[in-house]
Amino acid sequence: MSAPAMGTTKTAPNDGSHKKKKGPGTLATAYLVIYNVVMTAGWLVIAVGLVRAYLARGSYHGLYYSIEKPLKFFQTGALLEILHCAVGIVPSSVVLTGFQVMSRVFLTWAVTHSVREVQSEDSVLLFVVAWTITEIIRYSFYTFSLLNHLPYLIKWARYTFFIVLYPMGVTGELLTIYAALPYVQKTGLYSVTLPNKYNFSFDYYTFLILTMVSYIPLFPQLYFHMLRQRKKVLGHVEEYTKVE
Amino acid sequence: MRQCEVEILDAKNKEKLLLLDKVEPSATILDIKSMFHKSNQRWYPARQSLCLDPKGKPLKDEDVLHQLPVGTTATFYFRDLGSQISWRTVFLTECIGPLFIYLMFYFRVPFIYAPKYDFTTSKHWVVHLACLCHSFHYVKRILETLFVHRFCQGTMPLRNIFKNCLYYWCFAVWMAYYINHPLYTPPYYGEQQVKTALGIFVFCQLGSFSIHITLRNLKPPGSKTKKIPYPTKNPFTWIFALVSCPNYTYEVGSWLGFTVMTQCVPVAFFTIVGFIQMTMWAKGKHRSYLREFKEYPTLRSPILPFVL
Repeated sequence: MSAPAMGTTKTAPNDGSHKKKKGPGTLATAYLVIYNVVMTAGWLVIAVGLVRAYLARGSYHGLYYSIEKPLKFFQTGALLEILHCAVGIVPSSVVLTGFQVMSRVFLTWAVTHSVREVQSEDSVLLFVVAWTITEIIRYSFYTFSLLNHLPYLIKWARYTFFIVLYPMGVTGELLTIYAALPYVQKTGLYSVTLPNKYNFSFDYYTFLILTMVSYIPLFPQLYFHMLRQRKKVLGHVEEYTKVE
Repeated sequence: MRQCEVEILDAKNKEKLLLLDKVEPSATILDIKSMFHKSNQRWYPARQSLCLDPKGKPLKDEDVLHQLPVGTTATFYFRDLGSQISWRTVFLTECIGPLFIYLMFYFRVPFIYAPKYDFTTSKHWVVHLACLCHSFHYVKRILETLFVHRFCQGTMPLRNIFKNCLYYWCFAVWMAYYINHPLYTPPYYGEQQVKTALGIFVFCQLGSFSIHITLRNLKPPGSKTKKIPYPTKNPFTWIFALVSCPNYTYEVGSWLGFTVMTQCVPVAFFTIVGFIQMTMWAKGKHRSYLREFKEYPTLRSPILPFVL
């Protein structure tokens, strides 16, 4: 599922309480700024790649192939964020960040990359576009926050765009997994059957179905959490302007 | 001695819940909780958390009123811990499940495997041995819960029973399914592997039992004083010289033995997950030992000698 949810919640309180909490050291801050700048740039590359490919071909079809490599590289690079939490330079939960990043990496490698037949599906474009816009905003948000210079526009975008992008991304992801199902069943991809000397079996087809089902309880929770965060972060500004 | 007044406020909204006058200074927190329970039937003592500070640590049941930093009028902040369930009940439920679940798979009750296998038995002797070991482990646990363990805290939140049972019961299903499967493959190194694994399992089960008995004998019933456990004449307890929580060490050892005996990946998973959880518990216990006792032996590690 798309990343905006949990990352948002953790940095939002950090914005105001910078002076109260002991933030990451100077070296860590410098590293994080570089990391976030690189990631912003990376997802911009993907965005540009998508636009150029669309203009060149004149159709939405098969745009995945034009950005396949940077997508894999930068989405996988997000695994570092789990390390950041584990080491403590980012005040987020390791478990929550891990869950988010792993779900993205899972979709990139274990579904889209592994099942070639789905790569030309339009649903792939749906979640790639959602992820791209989300990540550009998210990483620039972190960059500016770390530099203590957050333009309101970025904060607004971060807490508003998800309203459309999150359902859009989830739809794309679900449709892609659904499209992969027949091929997984036919080829027995990543599946292990009995008998074998480890006395273990795994059916990837069933696993994918269970993954799709898990979106039902998880998605609404994350979505409404984001909406509540939005009210908290953006709501205050409206109050101040009313007072004036 | 002059009598005291006790005021109980809600920790969240500071609302006055109860005012008790004529309370003996020698009353314990448990006495006060019982008095509170009389006027609020819903909140039995185990569910009450009373603190001196709205955000503070809960006071212990055995703390005495006149020994606390309060004047003649004591103010306590109350928090509802939610429905409680006794440790004993939780332990029994989480152990009885796996015991029966495994046996259902062992006897190949209908609707688990293909109909032609219903009520058949496996042709591999290691499967029978595994059933014996698994059942023995849980029977031992149940008996220890009934007759050996002394729980220092009577209860835990009710939702824990669902969490714990889900964990034990689901893993039991997962393991039992493969071990008792008609297509089960016996261990690669055959009899040698099974016999060695059995040795490890039995050794660790005896060790685990020895540790539980030793911990029980550490203090007389009802006493809440904490003591450091030391090696006794029983060789299985000599591990106390190197480890703070050998009960966990032996438990991991038992499951390791069971994994090697059955050569089954789900069992390996169960062992690993259990090991991670027990290591966290052992570290916590080790830290509390170090905090409580200045003279705590420095050679000891939480769960694995010298390593972890």
